[in-house]
Amino acid sequence: MLRFGRILISILISIVLCGIVFGAERFPPPDFEESGHELPSIDYITNVEPHHPVYEYLDVAVLVAALSLSSYLVLKRRSRRMLFLLMVFSLIYFGFWRKGCICSIGAIQNFSLSIFDANYAIPITAILFLILPLIFTLFFGRTFCGGVCPLGAIQDLVVLHPVKVPRWLESSLRLFAYIYLAAAILFAATGSAFIICRYDPFISFFRLSGHLNILILGCCFLVVGMFIGRPYCRFICPYGVILRQLSRLSKWKVTITPDDCIKCRLCEDSCPFGAITKPTVEWPQTGYTKSKKLLALLIFLLPVLIFSGGWIGVSLNQSWARMHSTVRLAERIYLENQGLLGETTEASSAFRATGEPIEDLYDQASVIRKQFKFGGWLLGSFIGLVAGLKLIIPSIRRQRTDFQADSASCLACGRCFKYCPREHVRLKGLSQEQDIADDSKT
Amino acid sequence: MPTEKINRRKYLKDGLWGVCLAGLAVLAGAFISKKHDAEKVWQLDPDKCVACGNCATYCVLEESAVKCVHAYAMCGYCDLCTGFFEPEPRELDTGAENQLCPTGAIKRSFVEDPYYEYTIDELLCIGCGKCVVGCNAFGNGSLFLQVRHDRCLNCNECSIAAACPSQAFKRVSANEPYLIKRAGHA
Repeated sequence: MLRFGRILISILISIVLCGIVFGAERFPPPDFEESGHELPSIDYITNVEPHHPVYEYLDVAVLVAALSLSSYLVLKRRSRRMLFLLMVFSLIYFGFWRKGCICSIGAIQNFSLSIFDANYAIPITAILFLILPLIFTLFFGRTFCGGVCPLGAIQDLVVLHPVKVPRWLESSLRLFAYIYLAAAILFAATGSAFIICRYDPFISFFRLSGHLNILILGCCFLVVGMFIGRPYCRFICPYGVILRQLSRLSKWKVTITPDDCIKCRLCEDSCPFGAITKPTVEWPQTGYTKSKKLLALLIFLLPVLIFSGGWIGVSLNQSWARMHSTVRLAERIYLENQGLLGETTEASSAFRATGEPIEDLYDQASVIRKQFKFGGWLLGSFIGLVAGLKLIIPSIRRQRTDFQADSASCLACGRCFKYCPREHVRLKGLSQEQDIADDSKT
Repeated sequence: MPTEKINRRKYLKDGLWGVCLAGLAVLAGAFISKKHDAEKVWQLDPDKCVACGNCATYCVLEESAVKCVHAYAMCGYCDLCTGFFEPEPRELDTGAENQLCPTGAIKRSFVEDPYYEYTIDELLCIGCGKCVVGCNAFGNGSLFLQVRHDRCLNCNECSIAAACPSQAFKRVSANEPYLIKRAGHA
């Protein structure tokens, strides 16, 4: 009881002291005249060096090396086996060793935040991780996806019994990747969240720890990935969307055959990712009218889709804005002040403890809301545009005489090479050359 | 006619290719040549921190990168340290039942009557902030949490920052990676 009283008195005294001189110490630090004890310095914490930037430059060096090697192995050496080894290396290095961070996919967010937030300085490594694979793709196609990306690698390892996804379904599902890209840019630009990092399904594997939900999500992706090759890469990956478009323009492309296609159809079903396109059939000379009408309708539909997409985007802006903690807090405080909520949350009581004026909070929240309104409009019309183009583009006449890897969808994994009889001829020729060279040596 | 068509498509493609490459090069050049502030690292502002305990649980590391640190110059060296002792300790000694710290990471040592010094064993500290709450409530607030950069992975999005109720986490310059409480700024 005596002890309790002592505590109570000390509490009262401290509260009183606190009231009198706010900001000063309640218990002035002793000067230790008697023992001459020297105060230890707080600087002990700053003496520990942070991670050395050398490691980050090492990451960039490994990225460049892996990209070059991957491009060489796919385009020149045409070796799936060596590409597989590179893929496993990338999985171990960028995945398990670097713990999935830094990655090119996530760098999209750093980039958009750095454009819209003047206070945020983007690390050079993040810029390089974003841009280098794009440049490589412009030259060599999606060799980043094939041999470098750890997210691709972990899915590539579990491809067990791939089933064919119908083209229309694949194209429709891919719309999600465009939405994901646009949303990731919007949330990063407004400083709300880095959703690509937050919902990275494989991060729990790379770190061997993490949220249960993400772990379950990752397991789902791997299980689905046994039957639908690389589902994240094909339908979700926001970086893949950019790589797709650049890969269409690439200077050198992955080819199934080392020289000429003999149309033997052996490779037809070899691609687990549905990236092999067949030769086109001759177009009928007549009977166009119906298709022409349909195309005209689709072209007319494009602005309608863009506009309605934008409208949906704007009307959803309230819920999107809630991704931002300030907006969430402002709404909570508002509801509490209206007396609609009985209890406070940690966040709202922490805000009230700071004593900042509530009006400031409301102002900040309304600024962010406005950003989301505009962003939601942009995002929605972008999605509408993509959806409209997806409908129109199949009408463009293409001529293909060979079985080809579709440069946009091809993930440069090199699986199809061994299905081509011309490849076997090439390999035989190579080994004979080798024999001749060996003979001449001896 | 067909060859001409193919050529036109090819020119278009080549043109677009050049534009893309130039665009990427300009973009990279612009960002790299821009005067760079030091890289950013995550840190928590001790003046905003409410020591809710999320730091101990939300960090992606098994054992959080956030640890409690001690600004000795602010410490009152109290015998009855509310950062060290349970609210109603049975004895003012180092018995485990009297200690607030769940891992016994705070060491209490006698300096001179009636002053005791409290040091933190960082190997044991899990960054739960229980002592910070105690110290802030009735003491000088010399104990506070900080992200330790020898441990922090500097994730692209800090998981603790996303869960922080008081928005105390922010990106700070890597040149001054700690936000240290100093005497007189309480």
